[in-house]
Amino acid sequence: MSILLAFVAAALFGAGLYMTLSRHVVRMVLGLSMLTTAVNLVLFQAGRIRSAEPPLIPEGAERLGNSADPVPQALVLTAIVIGFALTVILVALALRAWGSHRTLSTDKMRSAQALGDPLTPEPHDDR
Amino acid sequence: MIADALRDGLAVWPVVIPLGAAALTVLLRHRPTLQRSAMEGAVGLTLAAAAVLVERAERGGPVVMEFGGWGAPFGISFVADLLGAVLCTAAGVVALAVAIFARADVRARRRQAGFDPLFLGMLAAVNGAFLTGDIFNLYVWFELMLVTALGLVTLDRRRVQIDGALRYAAMSMMGATFMLVGIGLIYGETGTLDMAHLSAALVGRAPSVTLTASAYLLLAGLALKAGMFPLFFWLPASYHTAPSGVAAALAGLLTKAAFGACLRILLLVFGLGSGATPVPGLPPLLALLAAATMLVSVLAAIAQVDIRRVLAFHVMGQVAYLVMGLALASAFGSAAAVFYTVHTMLVQTGLFLGAGAIARAGRVYDLRVLGGIMHEHPFFSALFAVLALSISGIPPLSGFWAKALVIDAALRVGTPWSGWLAAIALLTGFLTLYSMSTVWTRAFWRPRPGGERTVRRIPPAMVAAVGLMAACTLSLGLGIEPAVRLSRGAERQLTSNRPPIHAGPAVGLARRTP
Repeated sequence: MSILLAFVAAALFGAGLYMTLSRHVVRMVLGLSMLTTAVNLVLFQAGRIRSAEPPLIPEGAERLGNSADPVPQALVLTAIVIGFALTVILVALALRAWGSHRTLSTDKMRSAQALGDPLTPEPHDDR
Repeated sequence: MIADALRDGLAVWPVVIPLGAAALTVLLRHRPTLQRSAMEGAVGLTLAAAAVLVERAERGGPVVMEFGGWGAPFGISFVADLLGAVLCTAAGVVALAVAIFARADVRARRRQAGFDPLFLGMLAAVNGAFLTGDIFNLYVWFELMLVTALGLVTLDRRRVQIDGALRYAAMSMMGATFMLVGIGLIYGETGTLDMAHLSAALVGRAPSVTLTASAYLLLAGLALKAGMFPLFFWLPASYHTAPSGVAAALAGLLTKAAFGACLRILLLVFGLGSGATPVPGLPPLLALLAAATMLVSVLAAIAQVDIRRVLAFHVMGQVAYLVMGLALASAFGSAAAVFYTVHTMLVQTGLFLGAGAIARAGRVYDLRVLGGIMHEHPFFSALFAVLALSISGIPPLSGFWAKALVIDAALRVGTPWSGWLAAIALLTGFLTLYSMSTVWTRAFWRPRPGGERTVRRIPPAMVAAVGLMAACTLSLGLGIEPAVRLSRGAERQLTSNRPPIHAGPAVGLARRTP
């Protein structure tokens, strides 16, 4: 099970990184959300994939028995929420970028680069 | 009883005050004057709370607050040691200067767009990152920092800001991903997230693949957020698009919060420089990163003509000095890095605020068309010159001592690469002086090219904000002895309190009766 999940996480990481390196903003956003999913899988495995027993330490024992560690599951929950919120913000930014630049190709979206570029011959008046 | 709660929860006040005030300013959004007063009051209170923390931490060791009274391996704790408290105080001073500047810079439209809650939220996140004792909690504060910073960068909803924010957001999410994988791996290995417990579990352990991967992933994530070579290109692509007051806050707070986390994670958790670190090979890598960042960013800064871009590259050049202090893996180096962090937070903010005031006087940020400001504003020109000299390392300003301490620490280490590092640091200081004197002579000294456009008035609030920062760097330089004592104390608390997990008395709001 762990091996399978490790391969799934690796595949998600690879696909996510490939998409993130793309020059199109929508693909970049999708890639980043795939990366967050892959991270969640890694976090999930940090708690060991064990039986479905409740994580209770028996009387007198020092350690958790056969059940999975609940802390990483709480971390995954937090990370899902944060990742979701950030993806929404990124999508909102992409939407605004489409509205103001009429393109979603990061190669053609060059307004920040052009602002105060030392190579433009004419001084750029910002106001 | 209220006094008890105030005292016991002291470590969280620098976070609770701005967070609460952020909510309050959202409610007050239809009353702009009241909203501004609430923001300014909250910033003042946060600074006061941080200053009290410094006093407490210096006298009695780290101030610990365990949420809900749950002990460290189970609950989340805030550990306000001297490092966290000192950095919080510096953040408070930065926020104060930005708040003063905002009186002239943030008008009704920006206030309507949510400047006050976003700014307070960012301050809370930065303080949280400085004070938290839990490594996952640290990640959460970084995400909050990112969200609020994105809101602040796009305050005017201009095209360039959307473009800059998009690049910033994508790269920062990438960095957060690296950090989170590192945290997951380290938890799988040790079963704890508390940094003091992690330190006790890790230092002295044999090196392993998981630990090495985890340390380098955490370093990659934080290096990206701190603006280190080669992951720094998002910074000059986005900082110059933000409104000037916001850019000052970002420059003063965000990269330094990432570096503060770097100090804590590498020195405390991984025991860098203790001789028992489970992660070999970090110091040479950090030294390489520092040298490359210094040279690339200062050369890039010299090539720029937009003041904001010049300063954005200097932000990274200064971060490189902090990394250099850390790379030495010695007590002197780390203490120098702490002092340098405080110095650079104040000076970078002052310079960005100064750039905003220059643009107010001369209408543009472009050094090719600016000029003649000294003739109209001699006092402001002197203030900006103080800051420019401080970042270049001219005595008696704090920049001189910061550079002197870092280079002195490098020479004390005495390995061949630390000598090279010191030489590169000196060269970079010289090039920084060249770059900043170009900025100053072009914007202030020479007559305005063309000559037909007059220099406008600078609002007193802007001059006051820049003046506050100039006064800070001057007094930090003149009062160097207590400052160095504090930074050495911060370093000692961070590295020596390792085995007894919390040196301070454990307190909690919901303390359980025995």
